[in-house]
This record gives sequence, structure tokens and C-alpha cells, in this order.
Amino acid sequence: MATPSTDKAETSPTFYLVEESGHHHAASGGSTLLGFWIYLMSDALIFATLFATYGVLSTSYAGGPGPGELFELPLVALNTAFLLFSSITYGMAMIDMEAGNQRATQIWLAITGLLGAAFIGVELYEFTSLIHEGATPQTSAFLSAFFTLVGTHGLHVTFGLIWLVVMLVQVGQRGLNADNRRRLVCLGMFWHLLDVVWIGVFTFVYLLGVLR
Amino acid sequence: MFDQTLAKTIFGRLSWESFPIHEPILLVTFAVVVLLGLGILAAVTKYKLWGYLWTEWFTTVDHKKIGIMYMILGIIMLLRGFADAVMMRLQQAIAFGANEGYLNAHHYDQIFTAHGTIMIFFVAIPLVVGLINYVMPLQIGARDVAFPFLNNFSFWLTAAGAILVMISLFVGEFSRAGWLNYVPVANLQNSPDTGPDYYLWALQIAGVGTTLSAINMVATILKMRAPGMTMMKMPVFVWTALCSNVLAIAIFPVLTGAFALLMLDRYLGMNFFTNDLGGNPMMYWNLVWIWGHPEVYVLVLPVFGIYSEITSTFSGKRLFGYSSMVYATVVITILSYLVWLHHFFTMGSGASVNSFFGIATMVISIPTGAKIFNWLFTMYRGNIRYELPMMWVVAFMLTFVVGGMTGVLLAVPPADFVLHNSLFLVAHFHNVIIGGVVFGLFAGMTYWFPKAFGFKLDPFWGKVSFWGWVVGYWLAWTPIYVVGLMGTTRRVRHFDDPSLQPWFVLAAIGALIIGVGIVAFVIQIAVSIKNRDKLRDTTGDPWDGRTLEWATSSPPPNYNFAFTPVVHDLDAWYDMKDRAAQRPTAGFQPIHMPRNTGMGVILSGLAMVMGFAMVWYIWWLAIVSFVALVAFSIAHTFNYDRDYYIAADVVTDTEDQRSRLLAEKA
Repeated sequence: MATPSTDKAETSPTFYLVEESGHHHAASGGSTLLGFWIYLMSDALIFATLFATYGVLSTSYAGGPGPGELFELPLVALNTAFLLFSSITYGMAMIDMEAGNQRATQIWLAITGLLGAAFIGVELYEFTSLIHEGATPQTSAFLSAFFTLVGTHGLHVTFGLIWLVVMLVQVGQRGLNADNRRRLVCLGMFWHLLDVVWIGVFTFVYLLGVLR
Repeated sequence: MFDQTLAKTIFGRLSWESFPIHEPILLVTFAVVVLLGLGILAAVTKYKLWGYLWTEWFTTVDHKKIGIMYMILGIIMLLRGFADAVMMRLQQAIAFGANEGYLNAHHYDQIFTAHGTIMIFFVAIPLVVGLINYVMPLQIGARDVAFPFLNNFSFWLTAAGAILVMISLFVGEFSRAGWLNYVPVANLQNSPDTGPDYYLWALQIAGVGTTLSAINMVATILKMRAPGMTMMKMPVFVWTALCSNVLAIAIFPVLTGAFALLMLDRYLGMNFFTNDLGGNPMMYWNLVWIWGHPEVYVLVLPVFGIYSEITSTFSGKRLFGYSSMVYATVVITILSYLVWLHHFFTMGSGASVNSFFGIATMVISIPTGAKIFNWLFTMYRGNIRYELPMMWVVAFMLTFVVGGMTGVLLAVPPADFVLHNSLFLVAHFHNVIIGGVVFGLFAGMTYWFPKAFGFKLDPFWGKVSFWGWVVGYWLAWTPIYVVGLMGTTRRVRHFDDPSLQPWFVLAAIGALIIGVGIVAFVIQIAVSIKNRDKLRDTTGDPWDGRTLEWATSSPPPNYNFAFTPVVHDLDAWYDMKDRAAQRPTAGFQPIHMPRNTGMGVILSGLAMVMGFAMVWYIWWLAIVSFVALVAFSIAHTFNYDRDYYIAADVVTDTEDQRSRLLAEKA
């Protein structure tokens, strides 16, 4: 690409960029990563809304059970470990992707997926046992907010898992081409954001909850 | 018994009673819509236009065509929203004392809800988004937006939401809970009907579209500006579009969240906004107004940009105080996020909280006032041409200033305790939205119409439309200010005090005069199309413009610029004309462009079917359409072949034709 002249003193500056052939396409990788990052921020705002709602309603037990009676910290700690480790393994997948090792990338992605699935499994177990104890989302505003905040995070992880499976298929079909690499970077940002959100959930919902 | 269960499984709660055959007004409307619709469908089929519409329009990823489709959607919905307005005005003009008017409360409540919902979500947003879509990429010298497919998808999501609202007119009913679907009225126990569900699904679907579109526009502005166009050389319209879309990204997720929580309340029996089991209705009000107040700036900021472009062009001068204009826009963007509580000072959050939000609200008038002065100083000693766009600007300044001042008045918490939910408030926001947003949209449409179609709009009918709107606005809303200040509340169907009636009759006459303005606008478009050869502009620069959209032909080729322009000055095109920049006429290269795709239509169609199924509790259909939605989305990611090259000789032909037209003119 020719560098544009911005020197005003010049008598006839360049007013049109005469491109060489093979000009970059409009939606190049840079815009995608920026666009996806902005999308993540909008997603973070949905979580912010849910956190705020939880904050307002977190003591509205309506005569129902409170967090101290419901939350089992060891189980949640295990789940937190699953998710945090899955972020590390995703990072390993990215290192191998940069190095161009397709096989190793796929293996690390698969491990990430398994850890994510384990996280979802434990969360579903937690939800069913809560509902079994009679602590349903309909019981009180506190439980509505709890199930919705944690459940929305869980839905995001589930969506991430579906995406991850799709990426495994696509990497298998087409290898680590530019499109797939860009998509894996996006999925990675998504996955790590869910980690960050979970740290918030763990701290504000579970840890502060049992202190109450 | 078995038949009933089967029918419930297949049709959910949809039954013959869902169709409002007992409402004569709706029945007549329905008949007219069906006849018109069939007529249009028959015409499209007769002239074999389906293929053309599908390949050239519905599946297009060209930001210009998508922009035009947004504008058409907005104008169609304006007619619907205005019909609602006239019905309310007539009802309020006659429903005094013994006269109950012609609308029952059930119907009237749906009308004021639908009016507000449609005017904001399906008129103002599509028109603003449409203008940004069309103009902004041209102004920054880009060939398309950052994510062309997403752009098409966003449009169809918005259209799907609009169609759902329209369906609610004839199948079931719309919400009666006000334009933001307020709880507790919208709670399941108070509105067990389909109304709030139609509202929620239509707006969730359209809202996703608006959020995606906003992300797309921000990425486009940040990443795809022509070389040399630094942030402080962006045209003001681009700056305002940037701020507006950043703001949209910051607020729409909150609205999506709030609506999702209300859906959980209504569908799964949760207790976010209920009156019992710990629910908190005011939480809903806080969340929707965290969206709601910035939303008016999402709409009005780009319109301020339109006024800036027009004032500068038609005064033949560089915009006065460009950097102060930019900073004012940014300050408004930030402040607008900090004022939502002024919509319910009466909530009882205490003196200190109310003072904070009251003062923050009043502070917004400072950057806004700065803008007004900038426009005035741009005009000062300018060589002003009072063509239609400029007339709209002047009408805006005179009208909007009044609306701004009543806004500051309402921002004073003690005054607001008196005026809360009064017609004074209703007059205030119509004053700023009609006088600010609508006038600006008409200014923008008149200004950029020749760019989009290659001929100007007919000035005579444009002036009729202009005077209809301006006179109509003042006649319709001044009386409402007066009765509001006297204490009349909003959303009232029937009045006891006969002394108020003359004011409402005046307001109804005003609404009819606005109607003249709207009809004249439609006639203006028809007359302009008929006389297009007389109104033709072959230069691509009919107003002696200053920014890059005027550097290319009208309408621009689908690649916008054969060679990307290089920017040296804020008024880039003026600078190019001033220094006699030569447009290259040879050496064209193949141009890389995104390919059309029908996926946006398919996905949005499925989203709409899912919304309809959820409204009517047709669970099987909801599940099927949701699974299809996911499956098609995934399938779409397996399509890696998304672009193509426009051959160099096609570009050469197009550009040669432009050279010939330019030479003829000279």
C-alpha cells in the first residue's frame, strides 16, 4: 500500500490511494477481533444487569431458605477449579495454534471441552439438588435472581461448548487456516470472559452468600 | 375433550377468539391491510419482481441498500404509529362528560402502548440506523461496513420485530402497559393475555438486531476510515454516529436483561418484578430507564450530526467550533448514562439521590446549548441557502430550544413531583423528539436523497410537508403543555372537566395538520419519482457538499469508491474541490467485495416464528424453530466462501460512464 502524503505544503498531494491488486478485504481479522471484543463488553453488561438485580434482591428470601442453608462451598470450589483449569488448557491450545501444531491444538481444545462439560455437569447437579430441597426459582426473588445469574453463566458455557465442538470439526476439516485461527481467538476471548464472570459469581454470590 | 387437548398442543392458546372479529375498527383495518397486501403481492408476482427483490435487496450485504431498507421500514411504521396518534387525539377531543368517545379502555390502552413502542423502536431507530448505514461508510471513504452479513442480519431482525408488532394488531392483542411495558401492569397476574408477550418478543428480537448493528458501526468507524482521516478529521455526523452507537452498545444489553427477567417472571413464574415473594417492581423501572434515557441520545446525537452537516453545507462555511462540537457530543454521551432516575423522582429515593440526578440532568443542557451556539455561529456571516434541509434546521433550533428548556424545568425534583406523569411531560418529550429527531430525519432524508437515488426530492411538496409538520407540531403540542401544566395526567381516555375540551380539540386539529405533512411527504416521493428526469443530478454533488459522500456518483456504485480517497482536511471533499484534485480515470483494479447471502432472512424469519410460537404457547413450534435457528447459524459458519472480486473492466466501465456524465455537465 502506498503511504498517503499528508504534507499540506506539497503542491499536489495524493487525493486517491492507487492500490495494488490483492487489496485487503473490508472485514479483515482486525475488525473481527475488535468487533468481537465489543460484543463481549455488551455481554458483560448483561451480566452486570444480572449482578445488580441479584444485589438488590439477594436478601429477599420471602420466608424461603437463604444462601447459608443452600450453598455447598466445596462443590462450588471444585467447579471453580474445573473452569479455571479449562482456561489454562485453552491457553495451551492457543500456544500450539500459534506454533501450527494442529493435532496438539485439537487435543487441548478437547480437554478444555471436557472440563467445561464437567463444570456444566456439576452445576446441573447443584441446581437439581436445590430444586429437590424445595429451593426453586419460584420460591423467592432471591432464588429467582440466583438461578438466573448462575444459569445465564451456565448457558454461556454451554454455548461455548457447542462452539468448541463446531471448531473441532472445522479445524479437522480445514486445518488451522486464517479463518479458523481467528475464530479460535474469538472463542478464547469468550471462554476467558466466562472465567472472569465466574470469579465474580463465586465471590459475590457464593462466598459473600455463606458469610451472610 | 381429546380434541381440545390436541388443539391446545397444536395451537397453544391460539383459538378463534384470538382474532378480534368483534372490533369493527380492527376489522376494517384488517380488510384494508389484506387488500393492500394482496395487491402488492400480486403486483410483485405479475411483474416477476420476486427474484429481483430477493437477489438485489433482501439478501444484499451492501450497506447502501440495507440503509434504504431501514428507511422504508421506518416510513411504513411511521404511518402505523401516526394512525395510532390520530386515534388517541380524536378520542381525547370528544370523550368529555357523558360522551365516552369511540374507543373502550382496553383498546385505548393498547393504542397508546403501541404508539410509543412503534415510534421509538420501529420508526426512530430504523430511520436513524438507516441514515447512519447509508451515509457513514461513504463519509469515511469505506467500501462497506466491517461486518456486511451482520448488517443484513441486523436489519432483518429489526424487521422481524416490527412484523410481530403488526401481527399483534390482528391476532391477539398488544400490551396495555405503556411503551416500556411497565410492571406491575405487565405482570402475569395483571396481564395474563398475549399483549406483554408480543411486546417482549418483538423487542428482544429487534433489540438484538440494534445491538449487533451498533457493534458493526463502531468497528467500522474505528477500523475502516480512509487514510489520513484521523479521529479529529472525521465529519461530525461520523462522530455523532460513533457516540450514538457506543451508547447503544452500553444500554441495549441492560434492556435485553430487563426484558429477559420479565419473561422469566411471565413464563416460569419467577419473582423479579412481582408484588409478592420478594419481587421488586421498581427494579424493572430502574433497568428500563437505564436504557431509556440514553436511548433518546442514541437517537438525537446522530441527528445533531445531520444538522451540523447541513448547516455547514448550506452556509457555505466550515462548521464553527468543530472540536467543541465533538467534545460536547462525548460529554452528552457520558452524562446521558447518569440521569435515568429523573424518570421517577417520585420513587422516593431521598433528597440526595434526587439532587444528584436532577443536577446531572440539568448539566446536559450545557453541551447541548453549546451545539446550538455552534450552529448559529456557523450560519453567522455565512452565505446561507434556504433550501429545504436548511429550513428544517432552523425549525429545529426554534422548536428544540423550547423542549430543552421544559426539560430543565422537569429536571428540578420538586417541580417534577407536581409534573410527574402529566401531559406537560408528554408535551416535553414530543417537543424534543419531533422537534429534534423527526425534523432532523426529514432534513437528512431531503439532504441525502439525491445521493441515494440520483435525483432531488420535489421542493414544492417538500415545503408543504415542512409547514404541515412545523405548524402541526406547535398546534398539537402547545395545548398539551397548557393542560399538562394545569395538572392533566397522561394515558387518560375520558375527562370530566369540560373546560379542558377546547385544548384537546386544538391538539386534534394540530395532529391532522401533521397528517397533512405526512401525506405531503408521501406525495413528495411519488412526484419526485415521476419527475426524476427533471430533478436529476449527474454530478453526485448537488448541494456543493463538503464531505466524502459527495465525492462519488449518485447513486454510488456498489463498491463506493474505485480508489480510496486520501483525507487531508476535515472537509475532505471541499478540500479536494478547492485544490482541484483529479479523479483517476484509468488503472482500475479488481475490487474485493462481500457476497450476498439469504441467511439473514432465514435466521430472522426463524426468530420471528419462534417469538410468535412463544407468545401463543405453541411449544413444539418454538422448539422446532429454535433448533432450526441454532442449526442454520452453525451451518452458516461452514460457508467459508463469502466474497468475490468485481472485475477490473466492470469497474472501468462504471467509472467511464461517470466520467462521461461529468464531462457532459461541464
